Formats: sequence, C-alpha cells, structure tokens
Amino acid sequence: MRRRILPLTAAALTGALALSACGTGADDGPVTLRFLSLAWQTESVEANERLVAEWNEANPDIRVEYVQGSWDNVNDQLMTGFEAGDPPDVIHNDSPALAGFAARGYLADLTGMIPEELKEDIRPEAWETATFGDQIVGVPFLQESQVFIANRELLEEADVRIPTPEDPWTWDEFAEASEELTDDDTYAVAWPLGNPVNRVLNLSLSYGGTFFEVDGEGRATARMGEPERAVLERIHDQIHTDRTADPGTVGMSGSDPLPAFFAEEYAMVQVGVYARQQVEEQAPEDFDWVTIPTPVGDTAEQGAASQTLSVAADSAHPEEAAEFISFFLNAENQVDLALGDWLLPTSQQAAAAPELNTEEDDWNVATASAQNLVVAPYLRVQGFDEWKNRVAQPALEEYFSGEIDIDELSERLETEGNDVLSRYH
Amino acid sequence: MTGASRGGRGSAAGRRAGRTAGRALQYLALAGYLVFLGFPLVWLASTALKTSREMARLDPTWIPLEPTLANFAAAFGEQDLVGAAQRSLVVALASAVLVVLIALPAAYALARFRSRLNRVALGWVLVSQVFPFILIIIPVFMILRTMGLVNTLAGLVVVHVTFCLPFVLWMLQGYVRGVPPVLEEAAAVDGAGRWRTVVSVVAPLLAPGVVAALMFGFISSWNEFLFALILLKDPQVQTLPLALVRFTGPEGVVRLGPLAAASLLATIPSLVFFTFIQGRLKGGMVSGAVKG
Repeated sequence: MRRRILPLTAAALTGALALSACGTGADDGPVTLRFLSLAWQTESVEANERLVAEWNEANPDIRVEYVQGSWDNVNDQLMTGFEAGDPPDVIHNDSPALAGFAARGYLADLTGMIPEELKEDIRPEAWETATFGDQIVGVPFLQESQVFIANRELLEEADVRIPTPEDPWTWDEFAEASEELTDDDTYAVAWPLGNPVNRVLNLSLSYGGTFFEVDGEGRATARMGEPERAVLERIHDQIHTDRTADPGTVGMSGSDPLPAFFAEEYAMVQVGVYARQQVEEQAPEDFDWVTIPTPVGDTAEQGAASQTLSVAADSAHPEEAAEFISFFLNAENQVDLALGDWLLPTSQQAAAAPELNTEEDDWNVATASAQNLVVAPYLRVQGFDEWKNRVAQPALEEYFSGEIDIDELSERLETEGNDVLSRYH
Repeated sequence: MTGASRGGRGSAAGRRAGRTAGRALQYLALAGYLVFLGFPLVWLASTALKTSREMARLDPTWIPLEPTLANFAAAFGEQDLVGAAQRSLVVALASAVLVVLIALPAAYALARFRSRLNRVALGWVLVSQVFPFILIIIPVFMILRTMGLVNTLAGLVVVHVTFCLPFVLWMLQGYVRGVPPVLEEAAAVDGAGRWRTVVSVVAPLLAPGVVAALMFGFISSWNEFLFALILLKDPQVQTLPLALVRFTGPEGVVRLGPLAAASLLATIPSLVFFTFIQGRLKGGMVSGAVKG
C-alpha cells in the first residue's frame, strides 16, 4: 500500500502544480477585462464567444477574457468576489439581483458612460429595471414575456379563435375558450405553478395589481386589493371551480408539463417566451403549435425583469468595460443574443429586425409581446426576496392547491409579509 | 437412539433448508439493493442516448427507440470535458492522498496517546463540521488570494484537504482504536521503536480504514462544486462539476441530453477508482491476531 501511495501522491501533486501554472492567465494587452457571462444555450454561448472574439480582434489594447458562469450560483460567486475585492469587470446577471448589489455599492454607475445612441435605442421601460435611485447600474438587454403555447389542432377542432397580438383574448374570453377546450380527456390549460411568485405578480399588472406600495423614502408595504386578487382568483377558479386547468400541474415548474402537452392532455400550457425553443426541439414532428399572447385585463401590461450587463465598482477599468458593453449590446448584436436565448431584445432597432419578426417559431408574436413589458414593481422593493421566499411562495402554493382561500392568502401576504418588509425599513 | 438420530438428521436437514432459504432471501435483498443503486446510472445512460423528442415522451422507455450519440457530441463539442476530467482527477487524487497522509499520524496520536488535549481536539474536530461552507467562503478566498492560490488547482487541493480532514481524522482514529494495543506491545518487546511499530505493524492493519478514507477524500473532492466555482475563474483550470453546470440554465431549466451524457462520463473515473481500490476495503484483517 505504502509503495503505491507515494508515487501516486507525487504524481498527483506534480500534476496539480503543473496544471495550476496554467491558471494564472497571460496578460497580453495593457488592459484585460474579465467578462462573466451566464449564457448557456448553445447558440447563445456561440454568439457570446463570437462577439468577444470580434471585440478582441478590433481592440487589441482592451482584451476581454470570457468566463462562463452559472445562473444557479452566480450571486454567491459574485458576493465572494465583491467582498474579497476581486469581482469580474463585466457582469451578466438579471435585474432582481442588482438592487441588493447596488445598495451595497458593488456596481459602478454607468450613467455617464453609455453612449446616447444605445441609451435611446433601449426601451425606457427596460432601463427602469436597471436604474436604482439616479444610478444606472446595468444595461438591460434581454427580457422574458409570459405567453401560452397551444396545440393549434385542438383549438381549431373546438372552433376556438386563435388570439393574436393585435386581437388578444381578454381574461373572460380566455376562461370561455378554456371551457370549450376541456373534455373528458383534455384539460384546456396547464399552469405550472411550482415557482409562482414572480410570474403571477408579473401577470397581475394587467389589472393594475402591484402588490406593494413604496413611499418616498423607499419603504415598501405589501397590499392586497381587488387589482392584486384579480388574476390570482382567475387562475384559482380555472383549477378548482371551472376545472379547466389540470390541478396536477400546480406543483410543476417551467417546462415540466411539456410531455403531457405533447400527448394532448392539455390544449395550452403557460410558459415564458423562451420555452418555444424546447417545444420546437421536443415536440413530435407532426405537432402543430402556436404561441398565444397573455390575456389582457384592464391593460395588456406585464411586469418584467431584464438580463443585464454591469460593471463592478472595483473594476480598475470601468470606462473600458462600459465601452465593451456598448459594443456587445448594440442593436445588431442584440438580435443574435435574442435569437440565441429565444428571448426578447430591449433594443428597439433589434426588435424591428426581420429575424425577430418572422412567423417561423412565432417570433412575431414573441417580439410583439415585448411592447407590453413594464418594469416589475417588486424590483423596487427592499426585502422582496425574503418576502417572496418566506411568505409568498408557501402561501401561494397553499392557495393554488386549494388549502386556503383568497382572504387567508391576502391576510398572510399582507400581515406576515409586512413583518418581513418592516425589517428593511 | 435411532429416533434421536433420525430426529438429529431431520433437524440438521431442517437447518440446512433454513440456511438455504435464508441465503436465498439474502441474495434477493442484495439483488433488490443493486437494482436500487443501479437504477439512476442505467436511467442516466438511457437518457444520454435519447433524442430531445424521445425525452419529452409521456411514456418513457428504458431502451431508447432511436438511439443517438448526438448528446455526447454536443457535450464534448461545447465543453472541454476531457480536460476538466483530467483536472478533477488530479485534484481528487492529490486531495485524497494528502488528507490521508496528514490524518493518519494525527489519528494514531489521538487514539493512542492519553492526554487531556485529545478530548478537546476531537471535540474541536466535530465542532468544525458545524460551520456551513458559505459562511467561511469569503475568508477562505481572501486567505488563498494572499497566498497566490486563487485560480490554481493547488489552491483547490488545499481547500479540499482542509475540509475533508476533520471527518477523515475522526474516521481513522476509530480504525486505530480497533487495532489491539497488544500487537504494538509485542512489537515493542521484539525491539521495534514507535515509528517502526506504526509503519510495519499498525499501518498494514489499517488498510481498510485507509482505503475508506481515500474513497471519501476522492469522492468528496471529485464532486465538490462551490469552492471550485469561487476559486477557479479561468476556463483553462475549471474542474468537471463546473463543466457540467454549464448545461443548466435559470429556474432549473436544463439541457437534459448533453447533461446526461456528460454526467455519465463523469461517473466513469469514480467507478474505475472504486473498482481498483475496493479489493482493499475489507474488514477482519486483525481477526485471529490476538489469541483469546
């Protein structure tokens, strides 16, 4: 045993030290920026790497190192980097995470560093998702809207009108169509409500439901009035009163219901707009699907967050980092990034690109839905994450599974929720 | 007498039948356990060979209807899995061997030397396990940065050794206590010094414990993700868990095919390591060493 251990140790340690020498990285140019990207879809990673390569070729004095991160752990990774004074220079994240980092002063204010052309090209509603106080702490570039994906054949068989961005369903029409689409073998709709909070809050804006009041000093209070109850009750009714939505999907997340959707157990499934890619890849070849805009209430508005690129306040080269971001997120590049992730660009020029308005894969419906996206009110709420995880998530799960009614849900979101929020005042 | 012997033969036959039935039940339980253990691996292999469309079927099959290697091609094409696996192997082997080399003498001292410090030391070892990684990750990062070990595999080995050490120490001191002290006394009577006794008498008897500790150290390091994520920034030094996580997106959405293919490949070095080393993992080496 001893004879084996010693050479093994020597070999392993030698290997570790030899390989570790590869890790220090060479500093080829006067300036090196580390870019933490969270791209993960094949096309998206390719687009990211290609754009970085283009930049490096055109800017030999400002070299960008591409580092792939992970959505699951990015905030732990960033927090360590920020606290230790060693964060990446350019940071890909989503806007809900920015508020906390911005409040701690970890992110550079980009207000004076973004060219006017880019500032004007990105929709003002998208800028709001990355603006805190009077500081722009990220450049928003991809957004997700909520849609339904439907089995066109089942809708046509039931003689149900297929709504379009120009003529969407109202929530009442949606409920009526759901009645038509439900029979002994098929539910009209699957609502995957495993992680419901952000989604139902975003959808509730169609009736003006904001769930929070924020005073002039930034103190947030949870409130549950009629506007906040409207969409929640409609979803609940579909599951428990009309029985047009499958109660079995309440505990599911994301694209979990797709296999049963392809097996025609549901006529429609509620998903984020990116799920079109999974449907395209996974649906049987003869499956005819169509993207349906979310029903409208008083308005067609939906709340949304954004994916963003930020610059670390500790970066030694914030101007160069902002310059890189301005290149990376120009209109032409946003088209490629949106196509890669099947999401919606914040650039208005990009949104007008033919590739994003084709009928293929319902890009036209998806892109049109971006017009209804406004900043999600919860992005402004200090303590939202704790309110969401400790109060709203369990309470909404109980509500949608039929264990509590809307009054008890409202009571908990307000009373327990405000206990949580008061700690952030 | 005759009746008694008939009865004796009968009861012996009954005992044999009972033993056979007992053995059959044992094998049945073992088979059930193997199926339980093997199920995830077989399912992983099956998934890795399926197309996206087949994975989304409501009635999944064990054997892929249209087997494809596209997931393996995607996994290898998009990530440097071979390089990442090599680096993981180096880190895991170095961590496992180092942790045992450090823990073994310490475990011997804790088990054999009577001192007030022993109890305190063992208590401290246990207490050290209470702190969650996330709580200490920032100070650890800062210490390693001061030492110039961030973004190096050597730094990751240091962290893995540090975090495996308490458990391995605890585990090995239990094995040392299991070795009868009279064997060491006999060696001393024969003129062997302390070091000679430890190396020639105690260490060989601890082989099963050492192997178990090596396995623990190897698998802990092979699977470790969080420290690797924090410490290793450049793609050129990243380990296998970091390569695997690239197939996952926000809100738990994953690219299941390439992830299954890559995960399947990630299990192979562990299986080879265990196959190589498991022969040493058997107890009872000291049975019969001490008479009476």
